Amino acid sequence: MATILPNTALESVPVAPVETPWRRFVTDFMASPLAIVGLIMLVAIIAIALVAPLISPQNPYDLNQLDILDGNLKPGSKAGPGYTFWLGSDDQGRDMLSGIFYGLRISLGVGVMSSVLALALGLSVGLLAAYTGGRVEGFLMRVVDIQLSFPAILVALILLAVLGEGTWKVIAALVTVQWAYYARTVRGTALVERRKEYIEAALCLGLSHRRVMFRHLLPNCLPPLIVVATVQVAHAIALEATLSFLGIGLPITSPSLGLLIANGFEYLLSGKYWISFFPGVALLLTIVSINLVGDQLRDVLNPRLQK
Amino acid sequence: MPDPTLRVENLVTAFHTRNGTLRAVDGVSFEVGRGKVLGLVGESGSGKSVTGFSIMGLVDPPGRIDGGRILFQGRDLVGLPEEEMRALRGSRIAMIFQDPMMTLNPVLRIDTQMIEAVKAHHPAIGDDEARSRARDALAQVGIPSPEARLKAYPHQFSGGMRQRVAIATALLNKPDLIIADEPTTALDVTIQGQILFEVQKLCRQTGTALIWITHDLSVVASLADEICVMYAGKIVEQGSVDDVLDRPTHPYTHGLLRSVPSANPRGQPLRQIPGMTPSLLSLPSGCAFRLRCERATGECVQVPEMTAPMAGRRVRCFHPLLSTVPV
Repeated sequence: MATILPNTALESVPVAPVETPWRRFVTDFMASPLAIVGLIMLVAIIAIALVAPLISPQNPYDLNQLDILDGNLKPGSKAGPGYTFWLGSDDQGRDMLSGIFYGLRISLGVGVMSSVLALALGLSVGLLAAYTGGRVEGFLMRVVDIQLSFPAILVALILLAVLGEGTWKVIAALVTVQWAYYARTVRGTALVERRKEYIEAALCLGLSHRRVMFRHLLPNCLPPLIVVATVQVAHAIALEATLSFLGIGLPITSPSLGLLIANGFEYLLSGKYWISFFPGVALLLTIVSINLVGDQLRDVLNPRLQK
Repeated sequence: MPDPTLRVENLVTAFHTRNGTLRAVDGVSFEVGRGKVLGLVGESGSGKSVTGFSIMGLVDPPGRIDGGRILFQGRDLVGLPEEEMRALRGSRIAMIFQDPMMTLNPVLRIDTQMIEAVKAHHPAIGDDEARSRARDALAQVGIPSPEARLKAYPHQFSGGMRQRVAIATALLNKPDLIIADEPTTALDVTIQGQILFEVQKLCRQTGTALIWITHDLSVVASLADEICVMYAGKIVEQGSVDDVLDRPTHPYTHGLLRSVPSANPRGQPLRQIPGMTPSLLSLPSGCAFRLRCERATGECVQVPEMTAPMAGRRVRCFHPLLSTVPV
């Protein structure tokens, strides 16, 4: 097909290698030393959680490896089988360091899993509400309002009291508590994006509503969602630890950090601080690192804060 | 005589708001034939964009089409099921928007968006075929190195280039009708000139009918075959471009033409139409223009009907300017 207007002046201009949005994002993110620290910590924690069975001195849940005579040892004590309890041992003779490694696995797993599910649910609800508007939106957002008017811990407690114990039940409770945050965030952004001309233009191309919603509207609503998701993972982990500490969270067979803390709390006043203290530190570091990364993400992805 | 590409008869589009009903388009009739360009002119809020969206079937609530017919190739689009309407949109009828910065999705690459537009209407076409169509369309609107440009994101284009991409997207499925809603308003005059040139040529070559919505009379003068001047939801004057612009008969058209700065004598205060565009919620009774019109009389409290004071001209006025010298 012939060029109608031969644009000779422009013909020779090559397409400039413009910095990609991704590269700009990375540069912006790395601008804060604190965020880098947070990111390194987070990556390390995730790596530990992933390879916990390989790097733990002991499998704390293999009864063959435990010796009750090693119970309640101070940090740095030598164990019977020849390794050192760097962070001490609990009353069953389980190595705290190994316990924390395994606990991170469960805490992170439950936190991420519940956040992903809550994200999927909240995102669909929020997007649908913003896109359809009218009664559907009114109904969905009132449900969100009601959900958010109850304290998270109360909802989770009631749900777990009804559902009983179990990993998936804890995840279900966390999803119930969290989805509304995502729904509200997505709806807010989607309402703004919905009015933009490219959505109208996409409709004018004859694309289906589902396609416009997920292909055109959704990607433009992601930045604030990423921020909420990071913060909510930290929330989920903290809430799960709280529930486990209270004894209604995860079953004793999948010991999360919260369970470890609960485990040692009776010994706190007898001077055996390490059973609760070190899992607590691990939980703290995890949440702090996630929040550091989340804060920086918020700064980078929020156009209003850009200098 | 074969059907014109588009014939709009007595279209009424109204917005039913809490404060009352706004008839944004009030009894509009016109037609566009194959390869013809119709200029739809008016001030902001005169209902020209709503007319465009009515044809596309994309009037958002609380607005809806309350009456009239939109015959596209003989088929009435009013009340057409959404599925059939969607099959026409982007395929037989395309739309180009005002702001090229906003009409492309910022997070999707040009090729993604264009291929999607092809495949939405031709599911049988493969990615490669769709891509080569997209490349041809980009070349057609004068985008250099279209192959490389396909992989770019919208923010890597200038405003003029983006509008070309938007036009290319509209052309992808070789539509029979294009509705262009002030597509050159946001561009500077040289780019505007290039794009007008291309669009005009495309219409002649492909027989696509074009409705060009604008408030810029100079654009219409160079591009359109026919012109409809809208005021407060009604067409007040209609005729061939040269006739209307040379010898306007409606006082509003006359006022519009006199307001163009170059028509004013140098050094004098610029001429303007007195008063403001009335709110659609509180239109004066009778002729909506009567309060701003220097020729208004007691008769104008009646609603004027369309009359044909001369061949090929239709005017909605009791006192058309029939003997005026050209502006």
